Amino acid sequence: MGRIVLEQVTKSFGDVTVIPPLDLTIEDGEFAVFVGPSGCGKSTLLRLIAGLEDVTSGVIRIDGQDATTISPAKRGLAMVFQSYALYPHMSVRKNIAFPLRMAGLDKAEQDRRVNQAAAVLNLTDYLDRRPGQLSGGQRQRVAIGRAIVREPAAFLFDEPLSNLDAALRVGMRLEISELHKRLETTMIYVTHDQVEAMTMADKIVVLRAGHIEQVGSPLDLYHAPRNLFVAGFIGSPKMNLISGPEAAKHDAHTIGVRPEHIAVSATDGEWSGVVAVSEHLGSDTFFHVHGTGLADTITVRAGGEVGFRHGDRIHMTPRADVIHRFDEQGLRIA
Amino acid sequence: MATKASRAAARLMLAPAVILLLGWMLVPLTMTVIFSFKRYLPMRGGDLGWVGFENYARFVNSSAFWPAVQSTLIIVGGVLLITVVLGVVLAILLDQPMWGQGIVRILVIAPFFVMPTVSALVWKNMFMDPVNGLFAHLWRFFGATPVSWLSEASMSSIILIVSWQWLPFATLILLTAIQSLDSEQLEAAEMDGAPPLSRFFHITLPHLARAITIVVLIQTIFLLAVFAEIFVTTQGAFGTRTLTYLIFQRVLESQNVGLGSAGGVYAIILANILALFLMRIVGKNLDR
Repeated sequence: MGRIVLEQVTKSFGDVTVIPPLDLTIEDGEFAVFVGPSGCGKSTLLRLIAGLEDVTSGVIRIDGQDATTISPAKRGLAMVFQSYALYPHMSVRKNIAFPLRMAGLDKAEQDRRVNQAAAVLNLTDYLDRRPGQLSGGQRQRVAIGRAIVREPAAFLFDEPLSNLDAALRVGMRLEISELHKRLETTMIYVTHDQVEAMTMADKIVVLRAGHIEQVGSPLDLYHAPRNLFVAGFIGSPKMNLISGPEAAKHDAHTIGVRPEHIAVSATDGEWSGVVAVSEHLGSDTFFHVHGTGLADTITVRAGGEVGFRHGDRIHMTPRADVIHRFDEQGLRIA
Repeated sequence: MATKASRAAARLMLAPAVILLLGWMLVPLTMTVIFSFKRYLPMRGGDLGWVGFENYARFVNSSAFWPAVQSTLIIVGGVLLITVVLGVVLAILLDQPMWGQGIVRILVIAPFFVMPTVSALVWKNMFMDPVNGLFAHLWRFFGATPVSWLSEASMSSIILIVSWQWLPFATLILLTAIQSLDSEQLEAAEMDGAPPLSRFFHITLPHLARAITIVVLIQTIFLLAVFAEIFVTTQGAFGTRTLTYLIFQRVLESQNVGLGSAGGVYAIILANILALFLMRIVGKNLDR
């Protein structure tokens, strides 16, 4: 059971306010992702929930209990750190068993739980090795193993994939999602990578400078970003943001059009420009178009077979039904 | 890329330094070994010819030998224990963020810059003097009889003086080791439910193991040769005669160079046995 509620939580370091008053509820069994640019306070927020930092004011409730002043060990949460934080002088078995040993479980129970976790994470063959003898992905799994054996109310992940190479990252992303489906335990996951957020989350919390910009499911955020920040942050490649006379046509200060919502043509279209760079991914092609008079660069996604090259003139037509409109304050116009 | 010619040139240019160092070491060593097989009494007839292993037998069979080995080991062991334990404690304290950290760190390191003779004199006259020493005043203030440190507690006093000198070294090495400990490891242990004392024994201390072995190794080599502190304070009396001091007495006070040289060779062997033993421990630690 792990329903986590933050009420009017603030955090300051000296005179610097990192988290202004913030309210947030994470339901039991939910996979919540905190996402935002670096320095937005997402890691601090996670450390507040973990108890590694003290809140300046406000209340943190875990399963309805006030946990604000409870020590990290007693909150029943397990954390996976960015550096994995494995104990280098202990074998994998001892690393995973460490929280159980600290809890004073008997040896047989420790072994049972460690073996069970090792089986789940494919670590059985590595139990007697030291962390230094493992690859990055294996170390990551040991760190997760150490978290699982405690059977926590919730898992906290602090950018766990940022030290892995791109191919491993995709694999581990799937493994963590699968683990969540199997354990059905609350997970809170911090990342700066919106792709991780989109692919894994039940609920995304977009943060900027300690403020929550928007909370919602990945597709909510994709289809209805509440403001310009969320619009620019979620989605890859980024949404094209256009202001000026073109936006005024739509009764807005700024309009946003996603690259995948623009149709391209060699002959005619609403907008036109010159292709600066075309990125051919095989399945898709991205064109970065200059000289449209709308914005510095307009990014367009087309099918893999569309073959414009650098310097070609290209005509584009946005899909009228999916244009996002924003007012002067950058807020969405419904 | 080093070519053959450049490698030869490098050897040639290094040669003077290497020859100088070798000479520096080999000449005294050879002379010591030669003297140890001779009966050589500078003030009483000079070189009286070869005597085989007689000096070696006499040195070991003298009633002063085993007590000297014992006091050497007690001083080395005592100083190591105090410097390592207090070094770890001080390193942990100095690692905490506090006001005036830079100045405090320099102050802690300061004793290391004081020459052994000077520090022994300061301790002997300023602190441990039974009439005018600060300790004597302190004892009298509380109504106790002042202790004459260097005669009543001679061994502890010398260990105290030498420890004071070497504590900064241990602290410095251990402090740098502690600073390299990943704070996320301590946080992970905290989340895993380890109270502060467990965190120290399960995470911090194992992390320091390598630094501690290095401190022990380096200090042992230097502590075996402790001399000035004894010379200035007790002059080898009250059971503080170490092997080094015994050799000094044989050569300069008894004017028996042959006997002293034999003692010197024993000291070299003892130091090498200890060093070899310690190197193996360090090597084992570095393997991980």
